[in-house]
Amino acid sequence: MYQILAREDLTPNIHLFKVKAPEVAKKAQAGQFVIVRSDERGERIPLTIADWYREEGDVTIVFMEAGTTTKKLALLCAGDSLLNFVGPLGRPTEVEKFGTVVCVAGGFAIATIVPIARAMKKAGNKVISIMGFRTKDLVFWEERLASVSDELIVTTDDGSYKRKGLVTEPLKELLQNTKVDRVIAIGPTIMMKFCSLTTKPFGVKTIVSLNPIMVDGTGMCGCCRASVGGETKFVCVDGPDFDGHEVDWDLLMNRQRTYLDEEKKSLQLWETSLARR
Amino acid sequence: MTEKKKINLNRVPIPKQTPELRRRNFNEVALGYTQEQAFEEASRCIQCKKPSCKNGCPVNVEIPEFIEALHEDDMSEAVRILKSKNSLPGICGRVCPQETQCEMTCALAKKGAPVAIGRLERYVADWERAHPEITDWQKKRTKPNNRKVAIVGSGPAGLTCAADLAKLGYEVIIFEALHVAGGVLMYGIPEFRLPKVIVQGEVNYVKALGVEITLDHVIGKIATADELLQNGYNAVFLAPGAGAPMFLNIPGENLSGIYSANEFLTRTNLMKAYLFPEYDTPIKVGKRVVVFGGGNVAMDASRCALRLGAEEVYIIYRRSRVEMPARAEERDNAEEEGVIFKLLTNPKRFIGDEQGRVKAVELYEMELGESDESGRRRPIPKPGSEFIMDIDTAIPALGTTPNPIIPSTTKGLELTKWGTVKTDEATGRTSKEKIWCGGDMATGAATVISAMGAGKRAAADIHAYLKGKTSLSCIK
Repeated sequence: MYQILAREDLTPNIHLFKVKAPEVAKKAQAGQFVIVRSDERGERIPLTIADWYREEGDVTIVFMEAGTTTKKLALLCAGDSLLNFVGPLGRPTEVEKFGTVVCVAGGFAIATIVPIARAMKKAGNKVISIMGFRTKDLVFWEERLASVSDELIVTTDDGSYKRKGLVTEPLKELLQNTKVDRVIAIGPTIMMKFCSLTTKPFGVKTIVSLNPIMVDGTGMCGCCRASVGGETKFVCVDGPDFDGHEVDWDLLMNRQRTYLDEEKKSLQLWETSLARR
Repeated sequence: MTEKKKINLNRVPIPKQTPELRRRNFNEVALGYTQEQAFEEASRCIQCKKPSCKNGCPVNVEIPEFIEALHEDDMSEAVRILKSKNSLPGICGRVCPQETQCEMTCALAKKGAPVAIGRLERYVADWERAHPEITDWQKKRTKPNNRKVAIVGSGPAGLTCAADLAKLGYEVIIFEALHVAGGVLMYGIPEFRLPKVIVQGEVNYVKALGVEITLDHVIGKIATADELLQNGYNAVFLAPGAGAPMFLNIPGENLSGIYSANEFLTRTNLMKAYLFPEYDTPIKVGKRVVVFGGGNVAMDASRCALRLGAEEVYIIYRRSRVEMPARAEERDNAEEEGVIFKLLTNPKRFIGDEQGRVKAVELYEMELGESDESGRRRPIPKPGSEFIMDIDTAIPALGTTPNPIIPSTTKGLELTKWGTVKTDEATGRTSKEKIWCGGDMATGAATVISAMGAGKRAAADIHAYLKGKTSLSCIK
């Protein structure tokens, strides 16, 4: 069992857990993930490591309520425990001195990009970050990302806060006006796809962090396979970071939708059982 | 024994659920002998002076001895004899391929009716589980010798090595990547062939010997094998099991609805997707399922698909029936349950719908040519034989390649050209000092019992090294 030391609600449906897992904390690096299971009947789901404190022995995860597992997790408070917490899994994000690095994140992936931006800055890069949200109420960690970036651009789809529009617009302007050496784009699959399409004409290497469905997370089942550069890759052991220009995005999105009906059914059942309690 | 026993060639069949019934439930297929049946079968053992059955057993179980104790109704003694060599008898009695091991070398095998050693082993193990009070003696722990061994993986190789070392007084800690112990016994082999309570019962026995099992630990990630040695372990046994599933390398194989057998079985067995939505992990089978391959894993996957509600399940195999590597018993079970064998057939490509779900597969026929290096006749495509079959789900069951996590994080660990860890078969030694390896990681996909044999040999060699009987801890 892995105790939740602290919980923070970043938005009404995006939550942060600080989890006691000293051995994971000792090894965690930017870009890696953990597999979490809430209870005996629960699914194994991958969640990106948002931060870690080696001395204190804790690991931070951030998740958005979407399906049954994340809804179950959202009911847990500080002092409760997660049944399983396996990691750090996957390969860390490649960090070195590239020059100017643009870090783009959408929605709850802001939590994932912070340690990457921090590592990029520490490696001597100029870090320009772009964070995008649907609307003002969903904005979180603006200061935190600002503190590890040389420049920060915030967008909202509806224009309720800072710049109106999608993250791809300021990204394109940066590419037109500045020499960018690398782009890191993390967020919903559709956002990563369009960031990759935006950077492609400029020939700037763009790293994305894929989020397919996983089961074991250790390379044993092949559920998370993606097609990258025409080759089949297992995201859990070969990734999760890949060159966004090489990813077959439509295939990834189709695979992510495999269980839409079942996910709906499972969630309905869970919500009915909650209502009955 | 005063007179020579009369040879009885009537092997007692094991009662089974009928095919019509079992094809729709996950309960165990074989029901096990009754006491009467077990006694009758045990009486067939002629108690050879030089029993050759033992030579056929990778863990050298004292076969005639335990059968005799069983026959004399000294069950506690039968358990003791069996468990002195085999810590997982309930598992072995169910999944060992006895027909190519102990039963093949049984003196009665020549007459076509070897003693049903596996079924008797199962009977003794099941008796023990039903009488825990009588076998309490087993919980007595050996005096610790203050040496510590780390074992990576809690499958058959890891559990066997752990049990043997614990019996010798070692402090043993197993690191398991998944959330339960048992490895392939839990995620791979289906409930109807090996009930999970049996596996957990035998895991608990290993724990009762003093072995500690640490779950959720992926060695190579949370700690490397080198770090284990630096942190006070005197030896490390690597038994992480089967690695990455192989696919067909044909167009369309990443469409949704195409599962590796590993994924299909893991969802079903480990995550209990057959109980969805009471359990959260889903699985989709649809009406028509095709499984590619002819091994035991293909049989398991096809039989799971039936039980998950598929209307038609096909095994598609590119060679003919005689070349199928599956155990005859499992092949027959699958066929009895209604799995349709499409032999000498191979897939060319998968065809998807607008949502990217598989909807059909293009197949072509094969014919057998000359023998290849495996001694089996090589299948050759028949020109112009292509045809299309509508399907809902496809499951390649083609074996695995070694998982890269441990090799890529253990410096100096030599690999073979197949990516398995280079290992001395007799001892399990690797190219690296104080690191032993066994099971699928050393051999590629093999059987439960051969992994157990490797665990046993490694335990003996680790003991010899740590006791100073040999100064070697790696391949020279």
